[in-house]
Amino acid sequence: MIVTGRSQRWRIFAAHAGLWVLLAFTLFPLLAVVSISLRPGNFATGSLIPTTISFEHWQLALGIPVTQADGTIVQPPFPVLLWLWNSIKIATISALLIVAISTTAAYAFARLKFARKQFILNSMLLLQMFPVAVALVAIYAIFEGIGTQVPWLGIETHAGLIVAYLGGVAMHIWTIKGYFETIPQEIEENAKVDGATHWQAFRHVLLPMAVPILMVVFVLAFIGTIIEYPVASILLREEPNLTLAVGSKFYLYEQKYLWGDFAAAAVLSGLPITLVFLLAQKWIVSGLTAGGVKG
Amino acid sequence: MSAARSASVAPKGPAKPASRLLLGGAVVGLAGLALLWLVFSLWAAGQAMTAVGALALGGSALYVYGTAQSVAWKYLFPGVAGMLLFVAFPLLYTVQIGFTNYSSSNLLEEARARAYLLDQRVADEAGSRAFTLHADGNAHRIRLLPEEGGSEVLVSPPLDLSAVPAAPVILQPQGAAVLPAPATLKDLVRLREPLARLQLQLPDGRVIRYVGLREFGHITELWKPGPEGGVIETTTNTVFKPNRATGFFENAAGERMQPGFKVGIGFANYTRMLLDADFRGPFVSIFFWTVAFAGLTVLFSTALGMTLAVLLEWPALKHRTLYRTLLFLPYAVPGFISILVFKGLFNQNFGEINGILNALLGVRPAWFADPLLAKVMILIVNTWLGYPYIMILCSGLIKAIPGDLYEASAIAGAKPLTNFFKITAPLIAKPLTPLLISAFAFNFNNFVLISLLTDGRPDFLNTKLPAGTTDILVSYTYRIAFTDSGQNFGLAAAISTLIFVMVAVMAMVQLKITQRSERAAR
Repeated sequence: MIVTGRSQRWRIFAAHAGLWVLLAFTLFPLLAVVSISLRPGNFATGSLIPTTISFEHWQLALGIPVTQADGTIVQPPFPVLLWLWNSIKIATISALLIVAISTTAAYAFARLKFARKQFILNSMLLLQMFPVAVALVAIYAIFEGIGTQVPWLGIETHAGLIVAYLGGVAMHIWTIKGYFETIPQEIEENAKVDGATHWQAFRHVLLPMAVPILMVVFVLAFIGTIIEYPVASILLREEPNLTLAVGSKFYLYEQKYLWGDFAAAAVLSGLPITLVFLLAQKWIVSGLTAGGVKG
Repeated sequence: MSAARSASVAPKGPAKPASRLLLGGAVVGLAGLALLWLVFSLWAAGQAMTAVGALALGGSALYVYGTAQSVAWKYLFPGVAGMLLFVAFPLLYTVQIGFTNYSSSNLLEEARARAYLLDQRVADEAGSRAFTLHADGNAHRIRLLPEEGGSEVLVSPPLDLSAVPAAPVILQPQGAAVLPAPATLKDLVRLREPLARLQLQLPDGRVIRYVGLREFGHITELWKPGPEGGVIETTTNTVFKPNRATGFFENAAGERMQPGFKVGIGFANYTRMLLDADFRGPFVSIFFWTVAFAGLTVLFSTALGMTLAVLLEWPALKHRTLYRTLLFLPYAVPGFISILVFKGLFNQNFGEINGILNALLGVRPAWFADPLLAKVMILIVNTWLGYPYIMILCSGLIKAIPGDLYEASAIAGAKPLTNFFKITAPLIAKPLTPLLISAFAFNFNNFVLISLLTDGRPDFLNTKLPAGTTDILVSYTYRIAFTDSGQNFGLAAAISTLIFVMVAVMAMVQLKITQRSERAAR
């Protein structure tokens, strides 16, 4: 269509060069952390491609004690796998509940008539913009109060944390509602003419058609929960109870600086989450353009 | 296909059979009873606020699911309840705390603070007497051994320790009475609590109390109840009256007693932000840094992200998908991991970044100790974290631009830059604006980044409350509430309220702009 002139070729070359420089900056931290996790010791500096490879940090991250050259045995500093399991458990349950709650609410907003619909929807979206980090004192007080009566829902419980995450549904309701509205209402109305109840029309007609958006919301909620830090950091304090997001920072205290161990733990725990994210990329992008923001 | 699906739905049967209605009624009834029990036990435990909340929530749940009033609310209830409980209520509660002096020194309600003071006692070591406890059927008798130098052994009448009398129990000389074997230490530990409530009256009229596992003795109460809800210091007879403006028990000279109690102090937390010079200095600079941080982050991320989006839509460029995937990576890695990775990489002595800078330029910047460098570091990290998001948004918006616009401009011989400024930028600016506002609002409150990367440090010197040069308002609030030695929840909540107001304004602006662009699209 357009003749490739000399200036065009130069421009393409410059674009590639610019992108390569940027890629170097973007990928440097990620490559560096992999390299550091393979270096012996917690303080050693060296080239990006490690000259001597040691798996001590990986062993520790996987929970296997390491015997050093002088015969001393190093115990794993933190239960990384347990933290990862806690994170995955909490995120899976929360995401399932969030999907269930937001799907039903989105159905009401998209299909049913009730008073002050627009007002309720707008208030929910507005409320969701307030950062949870500012209301931490109040959230702590609420769960302390709940815990005095219902101990399994109080401070230092995973159930409590999961319940706390159920407040963040407005954005997901908005996303699912938008999808429901693209499905013609006539299909459900036909079902209702045939005698189906609201619930049957919702469960057997609308839901099967909405599976793709439910997957998107599940992945978004899952990732949103797994990376959540402020609420988890005040509700969970004891080491075996922590999630990955709260526990990871203990590696990098001035007094106890475990850089190599952290690197291995970070790669080990970050990789699966990153892969989920990349696999779900297409869906997430469509959800993002609807206005979601990653935390 | 849709016809087949709808046909597969079972037709609605006749009206619900009576047995199902009965079952439903039983379930609702049971749930109602369980709710009443919970509310009652909360109330009995002194959690009046929580009890009211549980009643409101459970009651509305029963109303929605127990009656056939509204179908829509059956679907809505869980989501709305979750938001009210964990988003709306904490917000209101925070605003309320902002008008009180709630802090580690004013933690209790007035009545409980007074009870705490009245409970303060000192044991008089000299006059204490050893005792033994003797089971006598279901009751117990106490045998008091003589004081040093004395010889009189006293015993109590049989006492029911499960109902300790409020009045002092009068002791008699043992005389010839024979008591069973004394109770073991284990029993004494078990009965410690009722014994502690017991008062024994000696023949000379003095009253002694439980002071230890094996001893009764004279206990002096430091405080006794005074007039008008006040307390009187027993040693000096000074009256301390509750000052409900300051939240402390004070004497005539204005001396305060710890602990204080929680009272409403109106706008004092807010005036402190504006008028207290020691506080205002760091507060104002933190505020401006917060705005600058959020603004510059959005600016840099947008500049980088938009450039990349435009570049990656250029058909002449090969391997665009590969570039896009790799450039997307910072967004895919969980934030708490990449932030901590940067924290390590920027470390002054062991970090890779200073290793490279040292090899190339011979410098080792103190990224965490120098305020300006720390801010630069935060902006670098946050741009790295933020540009892929803008890149994705812009790619999506650019794809929606009709291709014939570019064809027309190519025929007119337009250069790429002209294309960008005359076609691309104006067309994506409108839908991008509300998204950028929400990105600004998000970074305005980007607690995780600051908390994990610098924790607000390096701190300002010479401030009353610790405040960091890289603190943003939320992380500063967190410090005041949770880590500062004063644990000033009231002040923290007041700053939070201020943040709410600003977020609300941003949200309103965003909503207005979105609605306007939606209307324009229609």
